[in-house]
Amino acid sequence: MLDFFLGHYAYWFILVLLTIGLYGMIMKRNLVKKLVGMTILQSAIILFWVVISSKWNATVPIIAPDIPCAQAANYINPLPHALMLTAIVVGVATLGVALGLLIIIYRNYRTLEENVLIDRMK
Amino acid sequence: MITQNAPALIPVIYLAASILIALAGMRRKWLVYPLAVFATAIAFSVAGFNLFLVLHSGTVSYRFGGWIPPIGIEYVLDPLSAFVAMVVAAVAFAVLIHSRRSVPLELAGKEAPYYAVLMLLLCGFNGIVFTGDFFNLYVFLEIASLAGYGLVGLGEKRSPVAAFRYLIMGSLGASFYLLGLAFLYMATGSLNMADISRIIPYVSGNPVLFVAVSLMTIGLGIKMAIFPLHGWLPDAYTYAPSTSVAMIAPLGTKIAAYVIIRMLFYVFGVHYVSRDFPITTVIGWLSVIGIIYGSIMAMTQTELKRMLAYSSVAQIGYIGMGIGLASPLGLIGAVLHVLNHAFMIACLFLVAGNLRARVGHSNISDFNKSYCKKMPWTFAAFTIAALSMIGIPPTAGFFSKWYLALATIDANNWIFLAVILISSLLNAVYFFNILERVYLRPAASTVPATLSSPTAANPGPQREASLSLLVPTLTLATAILVLGLFNAVIVKKLILPMLPVVM
Repeated sequence: MLDFFLGHYAYWFILVLLTIGLYGMIMKRNLVKKLVGMTILQSAIILFWVVISSKWNATVPIIAPDIPCAQAANYINPLPHALMLTAIVVGVATLGVALGLLIIIYRNYRTLEENVLIDRMK
Repeated sequence: MITQNAPALIPVIYLAASILIALAGMRRKWLVYPLAVFATAIAFSVAGFNLFLVLHSGTVSYRFGGWIPPIGIEYVLDPLSAFVAMVVAAVAFAVLIHSRRSVPLELAGKEAPYYAVLMLLLCGFNGIVFTGDFFNLYVFLEIASLAGYGLVGLGEKRSPVAAFRYLIMGSLGASFYLLGLAFLYMATGSLNMADISRIIPYVSGNPVLFVAVSLMTIGLGIKMAIFPLHGWLPDAYTYAPSTSVAMIAPLGTKIAAYVIIRMLFYVFGVHYVSRDFPITTVIGWLSVIGIIYGSIMAMTQTELKRMLAYSSVAQIGYIGMGIGLASPLGLIGAVLHVLNHAFMIACLFLVAGNLRARVGHSNISDFNKSYCKKMPWTFAAFTIAALSMIGIPPTAGFFSKWYLALATIDANNWIFLAVILISSLLNAVYFFNILERVYLRPAASTVPATLSSPTAANPGPQREASLSLLVPTLTLATAILVLGLFNAVIVKKLILPMLPVVM
């Protein structure tokens, strides 16, 4: 039982991050805090991709002279890392658009608290 | 040479147009609109050519950078993607002609950014349609979504708030999709759709795959606005500028529905999603609740755009129901409804745009006979689209409901059949409410003040919408009739070839 928890510690950590991110996005009343939650959620997913590509007794995916290319299994899978670079860029773009929207919201309503905002929108 | 490159051509055209428009906006503002129309017209003709090509010489695949799939990214032109790309191109072209007058009215001074982002939106949609790679699909999904948030946020004072909520929900959907994709990659070791569909039979007992399908479906369900995940839609559609909502409403949710169809039936396979892990049943039941909920909410609305938004929730339910039935007839109904609803809702939102251009509002409670006298053509288009929404033959809306009804009878699913009939009646209630107002209710001056709102504030329309607003509206209305009359041809020539072989 203990092995099950300790053996998957990276996954438990990611699960905790996912929960924090989801909680922030859904439960927080401040719009900036919602964005922070969104970023945490995205980071958790990026970490998850990185974690699933790692394996025991394997090395970084750079061709080493002592490991021939034929033994590809001795290298860590580099594809998820490359994919996650793209996902990070997408996340940055999303954050940029979101912050731009927040600036307009603040200019229009002078607040970023959701309950105050709903009152002022009526 | 052009036949080899055909799948990648349309996204590239839109991407180039987006950059050119952004550059032209800095110095030569007059170039912006012609460039957008030019790009859309080329994309429209390429989409027509693609459809012709795929029906005559079969599936075409394009490999980016010459890398052989599954290692490289592949773009696939098959009957389904060619069909959806054609719908996107046709609706985009009609709405863009409409934008010539409506964009300067609603977004004065923001034309260049508006068209640049719009081209990015269309690039995203077409990328999603053509790509044969799940991760590439995620990137294009986010390109389209980010452009969509921008277009929604350009509207009136409340629109940035609606856009922000849309962004939070949309990012949540994209994150779920990406998380599900990680599980799919764990189970299959591939991202190429064709490759994964070959691997699925060997790993179909693996519980990781259940998690993958569920998470990806939830993520895409948020983008598609399936019933409990539709929260972002009404506000976004109500407060966005009418011209951008006329582009997002017909296409955005349909593209997500296309991805769900592609993923469930073409990659995981009908057998897997309806027997091994019956997620289609869940989608079907949620959609049924969504149809009833959307119709009832639409009945209580007093603003045309908001009513259409709730009506969209209901209409998306029909597509979900077709997916949920997981039978050839159900899929025909779903795909036909993607086409029909795209034209109907685009036509109705253009009518709302015409009203905003001429009257300055689209409050249903203010409608009366003077509206139809002053704007006869606009309301003729509205009537055709409304009848199609209700599902009265020979308009297009009847036939997609007909195929769905046949599919429910085929599956002995009487509850779904009852829902189709009840929701048609509910649609009739809220659309006939408007038709009754504009065709039968006398102008407010002859009615006691208690029955209608004060007339001094709202004198009603003075004249018909100008020609460049009217032509696209009427073209879409005519298209609804034509699609209805030729539905047998469309189903036989276009939709039957795209059904998965195992069905």
